[in-house]
Amino acid sequence: MNKAPPRQNDAMQARLRKRYAAERRFRLLGLAAIGLSCAFLAFLLITMAWKGLSGFTRTEARLVIDFPRSDLVLDQAALRGPGGEQVIASANLEGPINQAAVAAYGEGATELFSASATRALGRALLDDPALLNRRAELWLPTGSAVDIAAKGEGNEQAEQLVAKIRDAGALGSSFNMDFLTESDATDPSAVGIWGALKGSFLTIIVTIALAFPIGVLAALYLEEFAPRNRWTDLIEVSINNLAAVPSIIFGLLGLAVFLNFMHLPRSAPLVGGLTLALMTMPVIVIAGRNAITSVPPSIRDAALGVGASKMQVVFHHVLPLALPGILTGTIIGVARALGETAPLLMIGMRAFIATPPEGITDPASVLPVQIFLWSDEVNRGFVEKTSAAIIVLLIFMLLMNGLAIYLRNRFERRW
Amino acid sequence: MATGHTLKAFDDDLDRLRALISEMGGLAEHAIRESMRCLQQRDVEGAARIVENDKKLDALEVETERRAVQLIALRAPMAGDLRDVVAALKISGVVERIGDYAKNIAKRVPQLEDAGKIEALSLMPEMARIATEMVHDVLTAFVERDAEAALRVMKRDDAVDDFYDSIFRTLLTHMMEDPQNIGQSAHLLFIAKNIERAGDHATNIAEMVYYAATGRHMTEAQTGKKP
Amino acid sequence: MKEKMPLNPLPTPSVSIAAEAHEADLTKPEEAVGTDASPSLANPGDGPASEPTVDPAKSPKMRAENIDVFYGDKQALKGVSIDIHDDRVTAFIGPSGCGKSTFLRCLNRMNDTIPSARVHGLIELDGQDINDPRMDVVQLRARVGMVFQKPNPFPKSIYENVAYGPRIHGLAAGKSEMDAIVEKSLKRAGLWDEVKDRLQESGTALSGGQQQRLCIARAIAVDPEVILMDEPCSALDPIATAKIEELIHELRGRYAIAIVTHNMQQAARVSQRTAFFHLGEMVEYGKTSEIFTNPRERRTQDYITGRYG
Repeated sequence: MNKAPPRQNDAMQARLRKRYAAERRFRLLGLAAIGLSCAFLAFLLITMAWKGLSGFTRTEARLVIDFPRSDLVLDQAALRGPGGEQVIASANLEGPINQAAVAAYGEGATELFSASATRALGRALLDDPALLNRRAELWLPTGSAVDIAAKGEGNEQAEQLVAKIRDAGALGSSFNMDFLTESDATDPSAVGIWGALKGSFLTIIVTIALAFPIGVLAALYLEEFAPRNRWTDLIEVSINNLAAVPSIIFGLLGLAVFLNFMHLPRSAPLVGGLTLALMTMPVIVIAGRNAITSVPPSIRDAALGVGASKMQVVFHHVLPLALPGILTGTIIGVARALGETAPLLMIGMRAFIATPPEGITDPASVLPVQIFLWSDEVNRGFVEKTSAAIIVLLIFMLLMNGLAIYLRNRFERRW
Repeated sequence: MATGHTLKAFDDDLDRLRALISEMGGLAEHAIRESMRCLQQRDVEGAARIVENDKKLDALEVETERRAVQLIALRAPMAGDLRDVVAALKISGVVERIGDYAKNIAKRVPQLEDAGKIEALSLMPEMARIATEMVHDVLTAFVERDAEAALRVMKRDDAVDDFYDSIFRTLLTHMMEDPQNIGQSAHLLFIAKNIERAGDHATNIAEMVYYAATGRHMTEAQTGKKP
Repeated sequence: MKEKMPLNPLPTPSVSIAAEAHEADLTKPEEAVGTDASPSLANPGDGPASEPTVDPAKSPKMRAENIDVFYGDKQALKGVSIDIHDDRVTAFIGPSGCGKSTFLRCLNRMNDTIPSARVHGLIELDGQDINDPRMDVVQLRARVGMVFQKPNPFPKSIYENVAYGPRIHGLAAGKSEMDAIVEKSLKRAGLWDEVKDRLQESGTALSGGQQQRLCIARAIAVDPEVILMDEPCSALDPIATAKIEELIHELRGRYAIAIVTHNMQQAARVSQRTAFFHLGEMVEYGKTSEIFTNPRERRTQDYITGRYG
């Protein structure tokens, strides 16, 4: 039979062409999807960077304070001694500052400096009490109004002041170290995210310390030891559903149980961590179960064949091999917890906390909540701080994820 | 075996081997019968043809050996199949020797002048017939893997041996009567011996067939061999 | 010219054969060892892997009597009874799904790990019932080791692979003793020369044949008395297979070995006793040389000559 081979007739060719065209379309769709996602991501990052980078800098103005002539009376010896900070705290540093400001830049200059300047002066005096003996030239951070005016956003009055100072050659700008080391404050130029950062850090520690062991052990038990019956099926369904519960419900749970029933300290990382742990644990259990199931049975058989007991098989062989998968699940869960705002708001981590927490039972705030609070503020100065805080949050998450990925790669083993 | 191998080619190989043995057997039987006829009819040309045709038998033996070795190497036969192949190998050698005996008989035909009325001559065709039948039956038994048929063949060797004894005595008497007869009688004696040997070989084949078919060797009683 | 004649079926034992000196069926061990000593053996010499003289009074290392195994409702093994002797390799052959692997796994209670499996019948190791609740299954598995079909070294270093078993059973008092055990096991498995310079490398970086020998070394390291092998060479190339078979031959005197194999030639090469399984029953058990030259059961003959299916 000499029929032309099927591949060569026209109908077949047409079908082939359609198939290739469909493939091309699909690939383009995929690229478009990726492109769109990248575009959104780029948009977010660029917007944040644009708005937030200025939050990392602050305007400074030069001020000449004639200490001997001012009203400031401080005991230099006491400054050098152990009680130095007490002395500074109780001293009235605003007076000399305002005096000098008005003297240099006119009546309107009372708005020039604020708490940040006071703080900076106090630190300078602690560093070098000998300043008190002379007429010192200091670069002090300006208040928020002048700060944002210098960055181009301020009102008329402030702009004029800025222009005056700039003309006098007394305007400068520097990296805002305070932003990273200070806590919340009323004046935007004085705020820092360290308090919230530390709060986040402590909360996450509590979360991981609770959710990880419980989640992993639960996953191990459910996969390896529990009998397969209706009850365990029910548990599995429940855990899967728990992972999808809206986070604010966990907040309500935390409120009802931890605060109202157990009377744990409000707004503390302990309670925040407990609530977030409840939320993260199902994710870890699910990821853990998947990771444990994917350990090939041949490894278990091999271990059993050598005479290992069930516990030894699980802890010497299954767990190490499942660890990369478990860590991946933990990363996902922790990343989500880091960014949670709603449940923490419900348990009260929304207060104005001006000092960083010392331990897990001190009142604290967390970064996402801090961002939320700042974004609510009226003062224009908070806009850049909010964006800057978002940048810090993103970097913090990147670092944590990086750490987790590093850990996961360390434990990764080929089998 | 009622069922064939899953690999049909294996069955084909075994069948071809058996066919070769059958063919060899046919050639050998024909040679014996022909040699008897040539002996009785003093057909010298016929005898020469028999000698010539023996080459075919030799060639078949070589072919059988080749096929058997190939079968063992390529098919890794087990149990009954293995016994069959080994038996085929051995039987081909024996049949070739039977053919040689027929050739030897044929070679003597020209040397027998008008031997005429030697009585022994009248017994030999019958002896040869029995021997030929034994060869035929035993090779059939091989192809059909029939152990009982092989056992039956064993018994007929006695008849051949008896014939031989009788011919021996006759020829001896003949030789003693007249020394002139010694030459002829000696030839006839050898011819009778060849036929008797052919019969023995048939019983050897029967033992091989029995082992191939059952996996056991014949007992002393079954061989019925005289000590 | 002869025509091809149709082939008769194998003559049945109705052929009257007088009592013969002939190896008896070896389901009863006492009879079996009796015929080893009998002078008129029909097949003198046991084939290429000739057997050391077996003490007739010696009882088998492991004994299985009337084993039934069910997976749920389905019966996988029916009434299987076999002996595994010391210093002898016993092969289990049979088509897929006939129960030979299931039986092997009964011998070290690996079927316990399958929830739906139920094992009935008596299995003894040195006279002790292994399914007795008082028998420690962990100890049992140290005494009855297992090598699996697909090489499955732990994803640890070569040293750790071999050392794990002795460590959990407390067989080594210190590092030097452990080193000695590891070296001895690797030497016995024929792997020492190839890996002695890279003991800290991962076990999974070895070739297939080496991995399997590593698994054998791992099984040997806990000083077992019986080694069970479940198609150990089915994933290996011919050269690696030959090395493992040679290894089995060397190990034979020291351990009782039971091997499940799909490959009949392999069973013929390495074992002294062979059991043929079919549809969950043990059809025939006897000397390897006999099973492969003159089996008694029709089903056995059909399987080994390739007429099965």
